[in-house]
This record gives sequence, C-alpha cells and structure tokens, in this order.
Amino acid sequence: MPGLLDRRLLFVTGKGGVGKSTVTAALALLAAERGKRVLLVEVDAKGNLTNLFEHPAVGFEPREVHPGVFAMQLDTEASLREYLKLNLRIPVVGRIGPIANVFDFVANAAPGVKEILIVGKVCWEVRESVEGRAPWDLVIVDAAATGHVLAQLDAPRTIRDLVQTGPIRNQTEWMLDILSDPALTALNVVTAPEEMPVNETIELVERAATGSTVPLGAVVVNRVLPEPFTTADEVVFEALAAEPVRSTLEASVGPGVDGVFDAARLAVAMRRSRVVHLDHLRRAVDLPLLLVPYLFVRDHGLRVTRMVAEALAAELGE
Amino acid sequence: MSTVPATSLEALLASREVLVFCGSGGVGKTSTAAATALAAAVHLGGRVLVLTIDPAKRLADALGLEGFGNDARRVPDDVLRRAGLTPRGELWAAMLDTKASWDDLVQRHAPDPATAERILSNRLYDNLTSRFVQSHDYIAMERLYDLHATGAYDLIVVDTPPSRNALDFLDAPQRMADFFGGRLLRWLTVPYRIGGGRGARLVNFASKPFYQVADRILGTQFLQDIAEFFLNFESMYDGFVTRARAVEHLMHDPRTAFTVVTTLEGAPWREAEFFVRELRERRFHLGALVLNRVLPDAFRDPAVAAAADRFVDDADALAAVVAASDPSAASADPAAVARVLRTLGASYRNFAVVATREAELRNRLARAPDVVVTVPTFAEDVHDLGGLARIGTYLLGGVDPVTG
Repeated sequence: MPGLLDRRLLFVTGKGGVGKSTVTAALALLAAERGKRVLLVEVDAKGNLTNLFEHPAVGFEPREVHPGVFAMQLDTEASLREYLKLNLRIPVVGRIGPIANVFDFVANAAPGVKEILIVGKVCWEVRESVEGRAPWDLVIVDAAATGHVLAQLDAPRTIRDLVQTGPIRNQTEWMLDILSDPALTALNVVTAPEEMPVNETIELVERAATGSTVPLGAVVVNRVLPEPFTTADEVVFEALAAEPVRSTLEASVGPGVDGVFDAARLAVAMRRSRVVHLDHLRRAVDLPLLLVPYLFVRDHGLRVTRMVAEALAAELGE
Repeated sequence: MSTVPATSLEALLASREVLVFCGSGGVGKTSTAAATALAAAVHLGGRVLVLTIDPAKRLADALGLEGFGNDARRVPDDVLRRAGLTPRGELWAAMLDTKASWDDLVQRHAPDPATAERILSNRLYDNLTSRFVQSHDYIAMERLYDLHATGAYDLIVVDTPPSRNALDFLDAPQRMADFFGGRLLRWLTVPYRIGGGRGARLVNFASKPFYQVADRILGTQFLQDIAEFFLNFESMYDGFVTRARAVEHLMHDPRTAFTVVTTLEGAPWREAEFFVRELRERRFHLGALVLNRVLPDAFRDPAVAAAADRFVDDADALAAVVAASDPSAASADPAAVARVLRTLGASYRNFAVVATREAELRNRLARAPDVVVTVPTFAEDVHDLGGLARIGTYLLGGVDPVTG
C-alpha cells in the first residue's frame, strides 16, 4: 500500500465545524512541499478554501494558489458543459440555458446525477494524469460532509444500478475502477476529540467498510489539547495550589495566582474529557490516526495551514 | 401579542411562541436549544416543547427520546427532580424523523390512497426525501408548523438542521412551492401528457431537442421513471403550496423569534455575522445571540496574566522560595517546582491568546441584537439534564438551579 500522499486521489470528509477544509488545504500544502503538483478541488463550495492560502476565490479553471497547489471550484453546470463538449460532441455555445435549468432540476431529485458530475470530473482528472495527459501527481478533494460523502462517492454505482443504457452508464465502469483501487484512492475523515464528531466518524467508517468500495485512508483528529502535566508533576501542581504554598506564591507574585491555578485546572479537565472520546475512537476504528494539536494562535490563513501541515508531516513520518 | 423587543432571554421566552435556533455546525446549537427549553419549563412554567433534529445519543437519552421517532414525549417530572430541578411547567421533547414526516405529508396531500401508494413506492421517492437538498430543511419547518398548529404548547424551541448554508431552511418553503409549481416540472412531464396522461409511453419524446440530449445522457428508462414520479407528485401541488405558504407565514410571525448560536471562532463567527445580517434584511425577528463555549474572563485578567508571566520568567527563584518554605512536602524539589510553574504560565498564556482572539471577535460585532448572552466553555461535555440546567443558568443570567 502506498503512503497516503503517494496515492493519486484523496477525498477528505468530516462533520461540520471540525476543520475539514483546513486539514484538506494542509494536506495539499504538504504534498506540494514534497514536490508534488496538486489539484485541490472544492466541492459544495463555500468558496473559502483558497482563503487558507490567502488567495482570492477561484472558479472552475484551476489556478495556482500556492507553489505547486492548483485550486478549482467544482460546480455542476460547468461540469455538465465540459461533459457535453468532451463526450457527446454537443456544441455548447454560450449559456446552456434551459438544458442546464432542467438538468439542475432533475439532478436535484434524481439520485446520483449531481454527484456523478462531481465525482466524474474528479476521476477524469485522475485518469488523465495517470495516463500522462494532465499534470497532477495528486488530486485532493474537499468532499461533502460525513452525512453525504458516501452518496457522493458511490454515485457511479447508484447510476449504474438506475440507468439501464446510455453513455453515462458506460462511463461508470472506469470511474469505479479508480474509486475502488486502494493504490490510487483513499477516503480520509477529519474529526475532533468530541462526542458527536467521534460518533459520526465511527459510523462513517463502518458504513464505508461494509457498504462502499471506496478504500479508507486515515482519520485526522484535529484540535487535540496538550496534556499539561505528567502524573508526577500533577502531584507537585496540587501541592503548589494548596496551602501553605499557595500563600507563599501569592506573597511573591500577587493576587493572580488563583486565576493561573484555575486556568490550569480547566485545561487539564478539558484535555481529560476529550481523551475519553479519543480513546473511544482509537478502539473503534482500525485506521491510522493522525493527531493535529489544538493551535493556540490568533490568526487564520496560510500560517495556520502551514502549522497543520507540519503536524501532519510529523504524524505521517517519512 | 407582544412585539416589543425583549431585553433578556427570559423576556423573550415569556413573550414568544416559537424560538428558532440557528448557527453553523458544531457550535452547540442542539444543547443550547434544549437548555433554553428546559430553563423555560423550569423557571417560567407552561408547556414547553423542544424539537431537536439530530441530538447526540447521550443527550437524546437524557431527554428520553431514544427510539421514539416522530412523537413528542414529555420528560417525566421525576426525571427532572432527580436532576435537582423543580419544574413549574412541563418539558416535552421531540426528535425529527425525516422519513416518517415525509410519509405523513404524502398521505395527507395525495388525492387518493392509490396515488399516495404509487409515490411512496417509487424508487426516486426515498432519494428525493433523503437527499434533495432542501428536504430536511423543509420537513423541519413543516413539522414545526404542525406542532405549533396543534396549540398544545406555550413555547416551541426548535433546533435547525445542519445545512451547508445555514440559511437554507428559511428558503425551504418557498423552494418547495417553486419546485412543485415550476414550469420546469411541467416541461419535464410534457411527453407524458401528450402521450395520453399518467403512465403512458413516451410517444414523442424524440421530437424535442432537450429530450434528445437528455435521452442520450441518461437513457430513456431513467427519464420515464423521473417523469412518472413527478407526474404523481404534482397531484399534491395545491396542498404543498398552501402549506409552504403557511409555514413561511409562521416564520415571519411576530410570535416567532430567531436565536443565533455561535462560538467565538473565525468560521462559525463569520457565518453568525452573515446570519444576523440576513435575518434583519429579510425581516425575520432576531431575538438573541448566544456566544457559546467562551473562555472564562480569568484569561483576560491583567493580574492573572502578570502572575503567569512571573511563573514563567522567575520560575527558578520562585521554586527556591517555595522549596525553602516547606522542605518536607511534594513541593520540596526546586527543579520540579520550576518546571511546573513554567508549564502553568505557558498553559495560561496559550489560552490567553485564544481568549484575546475571542474578545476581538466579540468587539467586532456590529448591530448586535438586543439580547446577547455568553455561555462559558465547560470542562466536561454536556450530556445530561444537570449540564443543560447549567447552560440555562447562563442563558437566563440567574442563579444555578441545582447548586443555588
């Protein structure tokens, strides 16, 4: 099995609020720093993935947002237009107008249609790259959230089961080959050491293992709080916070000592309550866990992306 | 009916019938909504219902929701008393079961049982109800309307589904109406009508360029399935549109207020700002803003910061003083004491950076709603009634109902 960044296609999912986009951007940054040419794909666009590189939003055409990182925003209409042009030789002059509208309408209601345009475009880029017609060493997708990602990735299977004939059906085969090949593809889950994200991760990993052919990669646990004390140091801490030492310190340092002690107790308790969820995850999921520490920083943007990338690099080794 | 701006969350709870909680994923929206309902039932009385969308399992257990599907259940008084609470009113809880709610809706709006059956058994139906973008949003609002229309509750507190765009649910009724009333839908089902109505074969499918293209992409059978499904679904049009309008009306009613929940982190905060702005522009009633999981004030106290600095800068000297003062104790090893003092100071400084960031975001809030409440970060997860009551204390700004 190749290392995570040596595959060709990485999907990144996660529950809302856990830092999915930051981790996705960090993986792209890390791969680029290791000399790879990366296509970073934003799906379900909020249009802020490129903020993490301090670059303005991009469109359907890939733009280099950082050395080695090319970002694009996938939208279904542009994908449809490209598909029609490439596959059916249907001339698309200007707007697709009513066709796109009706298509959008059908795609909203019919299973897998919208998803296959997204997954299809992604797989297309991978196939073109593998066969030397596109320049990407690695395609990384900021995919749908945990609740919807399998529907997204299984779209080719859904379509194959629903559509009896036609070019879309015929194309599901090569997409499925790419999507189910563990040497090429991995689905990665970003989570946080909290109850809901951990439960959703465990659930998703189970569903992916039993009901999907997409290979799983790693689970990235974001925002892991540090353990402030060793057990021995905790005994010392308790002695410092208790009388008579507390008063001795207060006499030297001033009235703020209790605030520092309270803050430490909060930090320890927060860490401990999260460790429970981390342990639960570790026991329930048989995948590599990459731990990213909680970042005590004020700003966002490229600096944070780089810090997360460094943490991932340390966890991945090599 | 009161439309006077409420100046506290308590006043809001006392004067409104529906309180809609919104905010981006992972900010503690569900717990805050449940805590608000609990606080209202305990302190203000009346019949209070919390409609939750996707509660954590332990929270659902605490509310007695496990396995109860779509029905509202009363949280028994003895359960509340065991948590140290003396309720003046009744707390009810319901969880949204999307599938069951959709089935109900189809049964209600279909012109006859046979059409309902055809819709429910169509293989596209499950997909529409479970995956159509606005489906969860719409059904949540629809359920809310239903529960409100029963008149059985004095106050309904509703959690909103985790949407990609936190505002999607506001548009859901309109989109549903558009969806069923749309010319596109009629156009799509045209070959059926020409072919002689429901269930006919597609006689002149090939005559229009659109169908030629669609047929080449998707295949004839698939298009037929879709058209047949929509033709059946269309029979429910009037019922749907009427309801969608009524739901929209309720959302704008002065008896309904919105509460935006956010943490003081970049992304959720930006979404909350957007939310506050949009709610105002669209003339919904913004009742309150809840700042959740905020670090305690101690992290911004200059005296505490000064102490933390001394712990780091003068660790060795302080350790010598401590060791000399009590040579027999655990604090007798100067090296260990100095190490712990540095750790304490550094840990404080770390959190202080975050607290400063939080304060900056809070100060940036322009045009805040009249009620802004802050709930501090708790060390432990909130997963029982005691924890919800603790949140409620901060929401209402009163005394702790358990510890006094």
